[in-house]
Amino acid sequence: MTTAVLPREDYLNTDYSLRSWLLTTDHKRICILYLVTITLFFAIGGAFAAMIRLSLATPTGSLVSDETYNKLFTMHGIIMVFFFLVPSIPATLGNFFIPIMIGAKDVAFPKLNLASWYIFTIGGCFTLWALITGGVDTGWTFYTPFSTLSSNTNVSLAALGIFIAGFASILTGLNFMVTIHRMRAPGMTWFRMPLFLWSMYATSLIMVLGTPVLAITLLLVAAERLLHLGIFDPARGGDPVLFQHLFWFYSHPAVYIMIVPSMGVVSEIIAAFSRKRVFGYEFVAFSSLAIAVFGFLVWGHHLFVAGLSVYSAMVFSLLSYVVAIPSAVKVFNWTATLYKGSISFATPMLYAFGFIWMFTIGGLTGLFLASLGLDIHLTDTYFVVAHFHYIMVGGAIMGYMGGLHYWWPKMTGRMYPEGWAKIGALTIFLGFNLTFFPQFILGYMGMPRRYHVYPPEFQTLNVLSSAGASILGIGYLIPLVYLLWSLKYGPIAGDNPWNAKGLEWQTTSPPPKHNFEETPVVTEEAYNYGGLEESHVG
Amino acid sequence: MLSGIPLFPEEASTLATKVDALYFFLVAVSAFFVVLIAGTILYFAIKYRRRSEDEHGASIHGAILLETVWTIIPLGIALVMFIWSADIYFQAYEPPKSNSAVNVYVLAKQWMWKFQHMDGQREINELHVPVNTEIKLIMTSQDVIHSFFVPDFRIKMDVLPGRYRTLWFQATKPGTYHLFCAEYCGAGHSRMVGQVIVMKPADYQAWIAGGVGTDTLAAAGQKVFTNLACVTCHSPDSGARGPMLSGLFDQKVRLQNGQTVVADDAYLRESIMDPGAQVVAGYQPIMPTYQGLVNEEQLLELIEYIKTLKPAPSAPTVTTPEPDGHAAAPKTPAMSSPAGAPAAHR
Repeated sequence: MTTAVLPREDYLNTDYSLRSWLLTTDHKRICILYLVTITLFFAIGGAFAAMIRLSLATPTGSLVSDETYNKLFTMHGIIMVFFFLVPSIPATLGNFFIPIMIGAKDVAFPKLNLASWYIFTIGGCFTLWALITGGVDTGWTFYTPFSTLSSNTNVSLAALGIFIAGFASILTGLNFMVTIHRMRAPGMTWFRMPLFLWSMYATSLIMVLGTPVLAITLLLVAAERLLHLGIFDPARGGDPVLFQHLFWFYSHPAVYIMIVPSMGVVSEIIAAFSRKRVFGYEFVAFSSLAIAVFGFLVWGHHLFVAGLSVYSAMVFSLLSYVVAIPSAVKVFNWTATLYKGSISFATPMLYAFGFIWMFTIGGLTGLFLASLGLDIHLTDTYFVVAHFHYIMVGGAIMGYMGGLHYWWPKMTGRMYPEGWAKIGALTIFLGFNLTFFPQFILGYMGMPRRYHVYPPEFQTLNVLSSAGASILGIGYLIPLVYLLWSLKYGPIAGDNPWNAKGLEWQTTSPPPKHNFEETPVVTEEAYNYGGLEESHVG
Repeated sequence: MLSGIPLFPEEASTLATKVDALYFFLVAVSAFFVVLIAGTILYFAIKYRRRSEDEHGASIHGAILLETVWTIIPLGIALVMFIWSADIYFQAYEPPKSNSAVNVYVLAKQWMWKFQHMDGQREINELHVPVNTEIKLIMTSQDVIHSFFVPDFRIKMDVLPGRYRTLWFQATKPGTYHLFCAEYCGAGHSRMVGQVIVMKPADYQAWIAGGVGTDTLAAAGQKVFTNLACVTCHSPDSGARGPMLSGLFDQKVRLQNGQTVVADDAYLRESIMDPGAQVVAGYQPIMPTYQGLVNEEQLLELIEYIKTLKPAPSAPTVTTPEPDGHAAAPKTPAMSSPAGAPAAHR
C-alpha cells in the first residue's frame, strides 16, 4: 500500500503556468477551475446564510434592518441556486469523469467547455457586482409585479448575471449529451454505462431544454423594468401570475438539475462500497430519464394558492405524485443493493447513507406539498424551506461531498485523512438535521418564510435551528481544511484505492493529460464485481 | 424541554380538523417509510459489513417482481393522498353557495390589510368576525402580490392586483388568531401581520352596531356613482347609451362577440377599469376607462352599490331577446328566480 507512487506525468504536473490553466481545454483542469469558482460562491452564499440564522435567533430582528434582511435571503438564494447548486456536480465531477468513465480523451467540444467556464464566471461577476453595489431584494424567485414595479434594487443587473450564467449551463449540457452519444469507447454500450452517466445525461437534457425558458423569463423582467412593457402589469392588461408559470417551468426542473447528479453519484458510491452491481440497474437508469421528463410537467404545484383553477391544480397535483415514484424506486434499489454486499463504512459511503436519509425525508415531505388541501396551509411557510433544503442541501450537497471524497484520490492522486473525514461527515449530518428538522414544525405552526421578525412563540424552534446552523458551518469547514491539507501531505492513493470497478479506476491517479495510454475496450457490464472475484481467484 | 414547544397550531375553523387529519395520515406514512428504509439499511449494513479486504458482494442483478411491487404500492398510497387532498382543496377554495355568509372586502397593500364590512365598518390589520358563521372574503391587492394566511384556520390564498379572489372560512372558537402575509411583498413583509378576532354572535352584533356612524359600503358606493356621473349613461331614461345596472349582479350577460359571461365582481371590476374588454351586446364601446380615477376602495364600494340595485319595477322581465334590447337586463329564466332579487342582502 505504501509503495504507491504518483505517476511521472499527469494532467496536473505537465505545465504549472497560470496561462496553461486559464487557456486549458482539458476537461480535468476545467473541473478544477469550476471547483475553485463554485467553492468561492458556496462560501459567499454560506456567509449570507449564517447572517440570516444569526438574525433569526431573536424574534425582533434587531441585528439588521428589514431591507438588509431581505437582501440577505435573496442573495443567499441566488448565489446558492444559480452559482453553486446548478453547476456543482455537473461542472466539476461531471466534467472530470464523464469522458473518463466512457473511455474518451476529452469532452466532444473542449473549447466550448472552457468557454462555458468563462461565461459562467462572467455571469457570476455581474451578479456579484449587483450584490456589492447595493444588492437585490426580490427573493431568488423574482416574483412580479414586486420585481418589476416595486423593487428599486439591482434587479436587472442580478438577472443579467443569471441570464449569462444560464448559457454556461446550456452549453455544458449540450457538450455532455454529445460526448455521451458520440465518444464512448469501443464496447461501452448504453447499458454498460455506469449510472452516474445516465444521471448526467438526464441532467443535461433538462439543462438544454429548461434553461432557455429561464433566460426568456429574466429578459422579460428586465425589459419590463426598463421599457415598461406591461407584460406582468395588471394595470396595463398584463398578468403577474404568468411570470410564475414561466419561472417555475424552468425552476422546478432545475431542482432535478441539482438532485439527479447526486443520485448518480450515490449509485456509484453504493456499488463501489458494497462491491456489488446496483440492484435493478435498468430501473435506476430509466428513473433518471423519467424524472427529467415528468419534471417538466409539474411546475404548477408552486401555484396552488396563486390563482390556478381547481381543475388544473388537480392535474398538477397528480403529476407531482407521479414524479415522486421514480425517486422512490431509486431509494428502494439502493437499499436492495446492500443486500449480500460487502459493505465498507468509508467516508463516501457515510455520505451516501446520509444522502438517502435526507433525500427520503425531503422526498416524503414533498408529498405533503403535492397534497392540494395540505399545501394551502404549508406553502410559503418554513415547511417549504425545510423541504427544499433537505433535497437541495441534504440531498444534493451530501451527494456532492460523497462524490468529491470518492473521486478525490483519482483527481489529486492523494488520499484525504479518513478519521477527520468521518468526523466532518458526521458533523455535517448532525448539524444539518438540527438546522432544518425544527423548520418542518415551524412551518406547520404557521411561520411564513422570508420573515425578518416573527411572533415570539416561534423563538425556541428558531434558536434550535440557528444552533444547528453553526454546527453545520463548522462541518463544512472541516473538509475544506483537510482536503487542502491532503493536496500536499495526503498519502499517495494509487490507481484504485477502493478496489472499485469502472474505467476511471483503470488509469493512473491523477490521470494523464489524455486520460488513457491507449483507448480502453469495454467487455463487461458496469459494476461487474463478480468478475473481480474471477480475476482475483483465477 | 419538548413540552415547551407546541407542535401544532390551534384548530379553530371547520377546515382545520380536516387538514390535520390528512396531515397525520401523511406523517404516519412518512414515518413508516423512513423507519422501513433506515432500518433495512442499518440491518444490511451491519449484517453484510466487510469482513476481509478482498471480499466482494453477491452477484445479484435485480428482480422484476420487487420492482413492480415497490412501484405499485407507493403509487397506490399516492393516489389515496391525491384524492383525499383534492377533496379538501375543493372544500377550501369553492365557497359554499349560501346566502347567510357574511361578506367582507379585503384590500391588501404594502404593508397593511384593510377590511371593509358591508355595514360600513372599516378596519386595518384587524378583522372581527362572528363565530360559527361562513365568512366570505373578497380580496384584491392595490400593488404587488400578497397572501392572506391564517394558520389556525389552515387557510391561505394569494391576493392579486387587478383581480378579485374569494376565500371563505368558518371559525369554530372565539379568540384572537394570527393573520400573516405569506407572499413576499417587500421591506415590510414580515410586519404585514394582523389578527382575526372571532366573537360570539352577540358580541359581534354589538361590535358591528357600535361603529361610528359611517355609511354602509353600498351607500358610499352610491356617492361615488353620483360623483363620477355614471348615472348619465347607466340610467333607464338616458336613451340607453349604457346597459342598465339594476338587477345585473350575478346574472348572465350576452356580449358583442356572442359569448355569455356572468356579471360577478371580477366582471364589474373589469368593465369599470377596462370597459372595452367585454362590451355588452347591443351597445357601443363608448365608455371611457376609470383606471386611475377610482381607487381600489372606491371600486369595492361601487361594486357593492351595483349589487344592491334591484331590478327596475317598471320593466319587469321584458322579454326582448332582440339584439337591440337591453341585454344587460337579464332575460334568462334565472331572472325570475328569487336568487336574483334580494341582491341587497348578499
